[in-house]
Amino acid sequence: MSAITATDVSMVFKTRGGRVHAIDRVTLEIPDAHFACIVGASGCGKSTLLNVMGGLVRPTSGSVQLDGRQIHGPGTDRGMVFQSYTLFPWLRVRENVEFGPKLKGMPKDERRRISRPLLEEMGLAEFARAYPKELSGGMKQRVAIARALANDPKVLLMDEPFGALDALTRAAAQRFLTEIWEQHRRTIAFVTHDIDEAIFLGDTVFVMTPRPGRLREVIPVDIPRPRTLEALGTQRFGELKRQILELIVEHENRALPQATNGA
Amino acid sequence: MIPPSSTRSSKPEGAPAPVTSAAKRPPATAGAPRWYSRYLAAKEPIPRALSLPLGLASFGLVIGIWALLAYTRVAPALGFPNLHNPFFLPSPGTVAKTLYNMFAHEGFAHDVWASTRRIGLGFLISAAIGIPLGIAIGSFRVVQAFFEPIIAAVRYMPASAFIPLLIIWFGIYEKEKIAVIFIGVFFPLTLLIADVSANIPKELLNIAYTLGASRWQVFWRVLLPASWPGVLDNMRIGIGWAWTYLIVAELVAASTGIGHVILSASRFLQTDKIIAGIITIGILGLLTDALFRWAYWLLFPYSDRVSR
Ligand SMILES: Nc1ncnc2c1ncn2[C@@H]1O[C@H](COP(=O)(O)OP(=O)(O)O)[C@@H](O)[C@H]1O
Ligand SMILES: [Mg+2]
Repeated sequence: MSAITATDVSMVFKTRGGRVHAIDRVTLEIPDAHFACIVGASGCGKSTLLNVMGGLVRPTSGSVQLDGRQIHGPGTDRGMVFQSYTLFPWLRVRENVEFGPKLKGMPKDERRRISRPLLEEMGLAEFARAYPKELSGGMKQRVAIARALANDPKVLLMDEPFGALDALTRAAAQRFLTEIWEQHRRTIAFVTHDIDEAIFLGDTVFVMTPRPGRLREVIPVDIPRPRTLEALGTQRFGELKRQILELIVEHENRALPQATNGA
Repeated sequence: MIPPSSTRSSKPEGAPAPVTSAAKRPPATAGAPRWYSRYLAAKEPIPRALSLPLGLASFGLVIGIWALLAYTRVAPALGFPNLHNPFFLPSPGTVAKTLYNMFAHEGFAHDVWASTRRIGLGFLISAAIGIPLGIAIGSFRVVQAFFEPIIAAVRYMPASAFIPLLIIWFGIYEKEKIAVIFIGVFFPLTLLIADVSANIPKELLNIAYTLGASRWQVFWRVLLPASWPGVLDNMRIGIGWAWTYLIVAELVAASTGIGHVILSASRFLQTDKIIAGIITIGILGLLTDALFRWAYWLLFPYSDRVSR
């Protein structure tokens, strides 16, 4: 039972241009084994929120709880996957995956017992000894996911992990992640600016709007699993997509009223 | 880091991206692209079979111009009579002979060794202090706040201006020469190394934290290994400065060394010796450079940088 909650989290950055309210009083709860997607336009505070949940940045106010206990700083109970610079280039694929276990001082054969099945599951068994530079973008992200899972975290926090992939690789990666999630049943918070991706993957979509970054709406995705490609063509998928798009566009229009008057 | 695509919606079942394969070449003005257009596109790779001859050709060009000046009457015709005077500009053949004689009969190898030793020691001491200090400056704000201003200031003071002081402090022998090299190399090298560690992406460190690393572990297991390639790169640059300051040091109060040989030769207008000395430095520089590249290739097989 691993739920992660954010309570009244605000983050203000002081910059040269003044104070930026990256996120403003965001409260959300992601239940155990739940796949939550956080969607919104660039700059609406998704990464900041995820980094606060990961404990990488301390919020200006508010708190994050894992299973009801407040978190202070990063920890192995929350694995993270980022969009870029994700792998340690000087370590081979296997060493990347075993990085967490090795930090704990786990002996080699025990580390192998963790990395071998993970690499197999990720379809990377024959690349165990390769360096990251030899991998494609999609493979790199699979290694990053395996590395996060090697620590057996309670929650996976993913920040646009497929954002740098081309459309076809990305589609494969999404299906792959769904399978992983169905097997491992971790709680996942998945940040994306891609609405299709959010609906395809999530049990719930949290919609955020920018300036200041706020949680606008919580939308349960009632499309049955396992979701196949056909799900994307269903009427329900289209409705959800429009609903989310409207929430975001509506906000944009309110922020930029002159844009609608023009043209 | 966030792609500025606002309306991008990737459909997992979507059509493949539009094919744009043949569109990479720069447009030729008319008809088929000319054979050389491929080589004139910025940053496009060229075959190795071409890059090696090109590199050799650049040496050929310099020696060719030199030979032209020395063996023909081009220079006086252009209004530079001094460049066609064997006393002022000896021919490539003369210099080659002189260089051979210097090694064979004048104990030049001893001077080369003396210079190399000074470079080695001066550079090693600079690197031994500069690399750890640079990494510390780049990694820890406290260290940076303390050291960076003073190093940045001293860096602007020309090492050659310290020579009189260094002679008073260290005498006129080896210590003074090594000290000149140290002052010339240590300060800028330290700042370059600091830049290397400071530019390690924060995400890489953050990932390690989320995987359970302590601050100490992040430093030793992520920041350091991530810095090494850049450190070696800047050592390669730094040893080039060492050569510059070595010659400066050897022009003052030295009884051995390539710089000393060049200075003595200039007293007697032995231009062939001067040029032979300069060429020797160039060759040694090329060798050190090759050594560093080889070390990079050997130590960092994971680097995805194309060889420079
Ligand atoms: N370290 C920082 N310093 C100053 N401003 C920041 C910092 N990180 C993020 N911001 C600002 O906070 C807002 C939200 O950023 P971010 O969380 O990265 O959004 P998203 O991930 O949704 O694109 C943006 O306006 C961004 O410029
Ligand atoms: Mg972001």
